[in-house]
Amino acid sequence: MTRSWLLMGLMVFGWSTINQVPSAYPEPYRPTDDAQVLERLSFKVTDPAAREIKGLRADLRNDPHHLESAVQLATRYIEQGRSEGDPRFLGQAQAILAPWWNEQTPPVSTILLRATIRQNAHEFDGALADLDQVLDRQPTNAQAWLTKASILQIQARYDEARRACQRLARLAASHVLLGCLSDLAGMTGQSAKSQELLRQVLSNSDLSSRERIWLATILAETAARTGAIREAEQSFSEAFKVGVKDQYLLSAYADYLLDQRRYQDIIFLLQSETRADGLLLRLALAEQALELPAFQNHTAELAARFAASRERGTTVHVREEARFTLALLHDAKQALPLAQTNWNVQREPADARILLESALAAGNRAAAQPVLDWLNRNHVEDFRLRQLAKQIQEALF
Amino acid sequence: MRILLVIAWLLLSLPAWAHKPSDSYLSLSIQDDRIEGQWDIALRDLADAIGLDDDGNGQLTWGEVRNKHDEIKTYALSRLALSADQQACATQLLEQLIDHHTDGAYSVLRFRSDCDGPIERLAVDYRLLFDIDAQHKGLLRLTQDGQTSTAIFSKESPTHEFVIAQRSRWNESLQFIHEGIWHIWLGFDHVLFLLALLLPAVLIRAEGRWQAAGEFSSTCWNVLSIVTAFTVAHSLTLSLAALDVVRLPSRLVESTIAASVVLAGLGNLYPLMTSRRWMIAFGFGLIHGFGFAAVLTDLGLPYDSLLLSLVSFNVGVEIGQLAIVSTFLPLAYLLRRSWSYPRLVLTGGSLAVIAIALVWFTERAFDLQLFPL
Repeated sequence: MTRSWLLMGLMVFGWSTINQVPSAYPEPYRPTDDAQVLERLSFKVTDPAAREIKGLRADLRNDPHHLESAVQLATRYIEQGRSEGDPRFLGQAQAILAPWWNEQTPPVSTILLRATIRQNAHEFDGALADLDQVLDRQPTNAQAWLTKASILQIQARYDEARRACQRLARLAASHVLLGCLSDLAGMTGQSAKSQELLRQVLSNSDLSSRERIWLATILAETAARTGAIREAEQSFSEAFKVGVKDQYLLSAYADYLLDQRRYQDIIFLLQSETRADGLLLRLALAEQALELPAFQNHTAELAARFAASRERGTTVHVREEARFTLALLHDAKQALPLAQTNWNVQREPADARILLESALAAGNRAAAQPVLDWLNRNHVEDFRLRQLAKQIQEALF
Repeated sequence: MRILLVIAWLLLSLPAWAHKPSDSYLSLSIQDDRIEGQWDIALRDLADAIGLDDDGNGQLTWGEVRNKHDEIKTYALSRLALSADQQACATQLLEQLIDHHTDGAYSVLRFRSDCDGPIERLAVDYRLLFDIDAQHKGLLRLTQDGQTSTAIFSKESPTHEFVIAQRSRWNESLQFIHEGIWHIWLGFDHVLFLLALLLPAVLIRAEGRWQAAGEFSSTCWNVLSIVTAFTVAHSLTLSLAALDVVRLPSRLVESTIAASVVLAGLGNLYPLMTSRRWMIAFGFGLIHGFGFAAVLTDLGLPYDSLLLSLVSFNVGVEIGQLAIVSTFLPLAYLLRRSWSYPRLVLTGGSLAVIAIALVWFTERAFDLQLFPL
């Protein structure tokens, strides 16, 4: 009797030993059920967007050099990429523009689109060259000035960015100028005034939904950086009230909730948003804080996605990868070089933060120095960055 | 225009894309004048290129994909050209499967390409999707002789050429020795079987109980006979199976191997054949050989050096086996007089072996997944 119990126990032991062997990578298979859904596409045939795209594609099939249709379709693709967070559409827009892509002096409308596609691939210098080419030919092109301002801001060239914004004064509606300037204001010690102006603009009911989300998100983020929690919360909810799904808004709000330690709210907000790397990262951070079991799977999934993106040889995800490596893998030594590489490409508060956090965790003050210089030179208003800078300066390493 | 203004701004600060950009995964494995290929192409990309969503509901089912197998084949194969030494190779599609990568479902195309002679320079010309997605990339993994090289195809660089190193017999043979060693170390069923047989080798059964064996030489002799019998037997069947003289269904082989481990363990608990353990080793060694053969087939035997690889693999198995025995034997010999050896090591060890092997047996014989691996 005892022996059979022993045998049972051993069987369990044997099983758990075998279980330690890592399972193999799933093999290709042949589904058995015709009705099995393998993939979901962006469009149904009946979607208005699908119809519009289909029509334009048909025009271009007849004449691939038809400029008007090409610009319209490429614009449509970029917009679609934006709302779905799918970079495929950017590649498709680029393919549409192929007849003009490598020309010496292509039409202005195609250079503008090329600049947008390039900036999206973090080819900032190429994008700026494109924009300058446009502005040489059309000094009053508002879109070129706005795009240029935003790239210069990302590169922390705030004076040049401000000058680019100011060129919008007589070219675009006043709230576009304000949006352009107020993102800068927080980096250069003028956020109180810009918050005041943004509040006034938002009370205006004449804004389009995208514009309202844009301006409310800027206000919310600037408020959060200065510690005005109630104002930040109010502006976020104003942006959400518009009712248009927006990837950037979701991730900005999730970051805000993470800082407030409102992890349960993040789970509620993002639990069905696992397709977007940036949102999955924030979800996994909340799951880690709450010690939820899903955390393990989501971390493994993210690791696989970053590996896939490295294999492709692109560096668009370095900011997220640095944050993933530091906050989920707890590997400061690996995270620090990623955060440094990222800082050399883009310099927004989020980029500064991940570099300071990695340097602090790795005990490397020298690595933090470029961010400390940036903070002091520009009067950046962000109390968390200031706290981190203080911690680094006081740390004993 | 106003909308695009804002979109241009927002695109910059986009946190991260929800999807990967479009990639396909192409792996080519070269064997003399033949290329075995697997090509994973995203269903979303195929849907954009040739249209897969027949009912237009925005969902792709297996039925819809299956109906388009011919179109997928024509489309994909027309956009990949393999040529060896400037002669085009003839590509033939073998099967179409489905796999899931981190960003969704992929159609998996398995194909074979036959070239005119042994491949010295392989040129790969890749033109998938570039016309509709300028940022599409093809990630290539090229394997030859156990060596892997990678390349990325893009709109800007759609062709790559590879110099295929002539196969060195010596390297090939080393590789098979290596595989043999790893197979016996990682093939827990073989290790457990061997250990179960060797556990009592340092003991003598006298008057119904276990006693420590005396001289080291007699113990060695005992072990040697068991190991040799096992080796001779599995080499025999391994060769027969690898040369395709005898073929057994793998389920039968795998279940019998599991059963042999159970029996070897039981034999230690209820000793019936204490003196002729080598016969057990020989008998079951025959079946283990078929198990080794399955691995060798999976590795893909080069048909022009069949014998060499067969012998090399077997040598590897023996080296691996010898390493196990030479670790086990001195330890067991030293411990044989202790109180714990017959009780804990022999009885406990055999029970553990039986337990593990019973799980294997049940899973393999009844094709069950008792415990999700």
